[in-house]
Amino acid sequence: MKRFGVCAAAIASLAVASCGGGEDRGAGSTGPKVGGASGTELAEVQVLRLGNGGEVETIDPQRIQSVQASHVARDLFEGLISEAPNGDLEPGAAESWTVGEDGKTYRFALRRNAKWSNGDPLTAKDFVYGLRRGVDPATLSVYGFILSPIVNADDITAGRKPPSELGVRAIDDYTLEIQLANSTPYFLGLLAHATAYPAHQATVEKYGDQFTRPGNLVGNGAYMLADWVVQSHIKLVRNPNYWDNAKSKIDEVWYYAIEDSNSELQRYRASEIDYTYTIPNAQLAWIRENLPDELVLAPYLGSYYYGFNLIRPPFQNNLKLRRALALAVNRDVIAGQVLTGGQTPAYGWVPPLAHYTQQPMPEAAWTQAEREAEAKKLYAEAGYSAANPLRTEIMYNTLEDHRRVAVAIASMWKQVLGVEATLRNLEWKVFVDARNQKTETQVYRHGWIGDYNDAFTFAELLRSTNASNDTSYNNPEYDRLVAASQSELDLEKRAKLLEEAERVLLADMPILPLYFYVTQHMKKPWMGGWEPNILDHHATKDLYVLKH
Amino acid sequence: MLRYSLGRLLGAIPTLLLLIAFSFFMIRAAPGGPFSSERQLLPEIEANLNAAYHLDEPLYQQFGRYLWGLAHFDFGPSFQYRDYTVTELIMTGFPVSLRLGGGAILVALLFGIGAGCFAALKQNSVADHAVMAVSMTGISIPNFVMAPLLILIFAIYLGWLPAGGLGDFRSMILPIIALALPQIAYLARLTRGSMIEVLRSNFIRTAKAQGLPTWQIVLRHALKPALLPVVSYLGPATAAVITGSVVIEQIFSVPGIGRFFVTGALNRDYTLVMGVVVFYGVLIIAFNFLVDIAYAWLDPKVKYR
Repeated sequence: MKRFGVCAAAIASLAVASCGGGEDRGAGSTGPKVGGASGTELAEVQVLRLGNGGEVETIDPQRIQSVQASHVARDLFEGLISEAPNGDLEPGAAESWTVGEDGKTYRFALRRNAKWSNGDPLTAKDFVYGLRRGVDPATLSVYGFILSPIVNADDITAGRKPPSELGVRAIDDYTLEIQLANSTPYFLGLLAHATAYPAHQATVEKYGDQFTRPGNLVGNGAYMLADWVVQSHIKLVRNPNYWDNAKSKIDEVWYYAIEDSNSELQRYRASEIDYTYTIPNAQLAWIRENLPDELVLAPYLGSYYYGFNLIRPPFQNNLKLRRALALAVNRDVIAGQVLTGGQTPAYGWVPPLAHYTQQPMPEAAWTQAEREAEAKKLYAEAGYSAANPLRTEIMYNTLEDHRRVAVAIASMWKQVLGVEATLRNLEWKVFVDARNQKTETQVYRHGWIGDYNDAFTFAELLRSTNASNDTSYNNPEYDRLVAASQSELDLEKRAKLLEEAERVLLADMPILPLYFYVTQHMKKPWMGGWEPNILDHHATKDLYVLKH
Repeated sequence: MLRYSLGRLLGAIPTLLLLIAFSFFMIRAAPGGPFSSERQLLPEIEANLNAAYHLDEPLYQQFGRYLWGLAHFDFGPSFQYRDYTVTELIMTGFPVSLRLGGGAILVALLFGIGAGCFAALKQNSVADHAVMAVSMTGISIPNFVMAPLLILIFAIYLGWLPAGGLGDFRSMILPIIALALPQIAYLARLTRGSMIEVLRSNFIRTAKAQGLPTWQIVLRHALKPALLPVVSYLGPATAAVITGSVVIEQIFSVPGIGRFFVTGALNRDYTLVMGVVVFYGVLIIAFNFLVDIAYAWLDPKVKYR
């Protein structure tokens, strides 16, 4: 029956796709009145309804894993640092801070007017409690590694030291000091992450696992939890105790759990929601035709690639073969014709981000014909030919878009080199296990979304010591460069180290970069204050509803 | 009758145990686990998680623990939704699923039996053929095609009804229709067939000869015997509505138990999937039992010993 459900959902999406061709006469089409005469007039009712993907696993900040849960938590809590609509870091619960000369001591001055939603003052102790909770193994936090730069964090997570040894202390009620093991230039960005939010000790201890329930939850964010119906919605209302409450415009925000993107689009077209979590790729053409002004595509901090298993044949110790396969792929076709959703072809590993110069492989400057000629040469040098073709298997997780990319790549390899590639799809949980065990995989699909706005979140994945490095890539020079970047105080030099690491990586080609992700949303014209940003983080306090 | 009922109730226990054992070991045998993820957990964290959910114990011990919990009406904590227990989740989802499934069964009975009687009385007329043609279409179009079509027409083009979600009763109309349609169609055909047969029998001819009006013949004499096959179909119909709701709840984003089943299976949320299986297992066994009792009441030829 499980399989039946999955199949049915897939067929249902086809059915939606095939009947979505009509003209949209729903309330989705808008007149010229949005925003009134001036175009900036606000609506009387400031209520937002947002599609939020699947049900959140929890809204306990220290236990959150998913993107949708972090969206809700961003409204309920506020870290020391927060993010502006364009993604820039800005002061959150901390008004200002100083960094010691060695880059390892951070001292935060908390806002004296910041309060919890129940009126309690927000103090440095609440942050000490929250941060200790984040690394405490008893919390069962999956994202505790976000706090790993703090002194003793890793030892505490591993159970070797008690949480009280964490390098965090409250100097007084409004001064917090954090000691880092290494200078970590992106540390402020980590503090905007849910794991680093404060926690209200009294309610956490009183209610245990149930402190996240409506009525129990005490937060310090711009909104409070009013209602939570699992698999339906989470409703938040304005927090009158929030220090900057006067500035927020939205009174009520609803997050809807809709895991099926076709259903989500239907509800958007029926104007039941103002914003979608994503869009079904099969509907892109229809949307472009009928609702082009409501489609928002923007770069996302993610890299889609194929990984080679470097501890099994045929890709083990076979750089020429890996390079041949990488050069034979026409990325313009993948991004522009197979996916068509605004993705950009990738010739390197790290997506475009601030304070970093991308390091595409040198062949990126060539024409596709030149790349293919080189690919053929390398393929022959690796010992393969038409009589003795490479036979390999592409493994991917079951999803229509992944299948289409895999089909395209297999046929490009076939056409250019004569490779005989078979396709094998696995259900997600089976797939991630297989990929990590490395006993079955040859070449597999992978996508990596950065956790914070820094190249390090990509660089660290392919270190030989990283348990999530599914390629088994192991180059001491790469490891050395990435490690050196962790303690380099000079930002210019640090960027150079990470850039050099990416060049080393691409020369070894343990991965085959394909494209950089985009965020895809539908947004009603009356939803204002929303700006695209590379992490796709948006706080409700920055949004408003225009008159319509 | 009492002895029969008691016997049936006792007989249900091994069925239920088999169901529990079978699904427990099946879901554990499925590759991938609740904590399999793209980002490998630190070994210490994984060990802590496994210990917290008793996944580090041998399987038979986990099974014993699970049965012991069930005996105390405790379905355990959800692996995926960490702030809730499975019992809480089922209790929030069940009223919604009940409204949806119960509504669909009622609508199906009302319209299915009505249309069936109508067609039987007008046998071989244009109206009869029309009803049967429509019901054939209803049986042939699966609900995962019908549901998006209904949304497109009534929610998007006409804007009469919500496209999904949990709201007032209006939000339940489309899901109920989508779920009931195949059952309406099936029940109409079933009722028509048995009604035609009953209408040809001797006691109906006698009633006609005595000059009773048609409506009285149908309602007072023909309907009860004609409904026997319908009643015996109610068991399978309930099962069909339950499996159908898995799909319908997904498409209309209705927060019922069916959706928990799908997401629970994908997340390897062992306890949640087990909870739904056990809960629905009990429900179906109970329903079949009720159907058998109703049979005795409807058909004097059926005797239980």
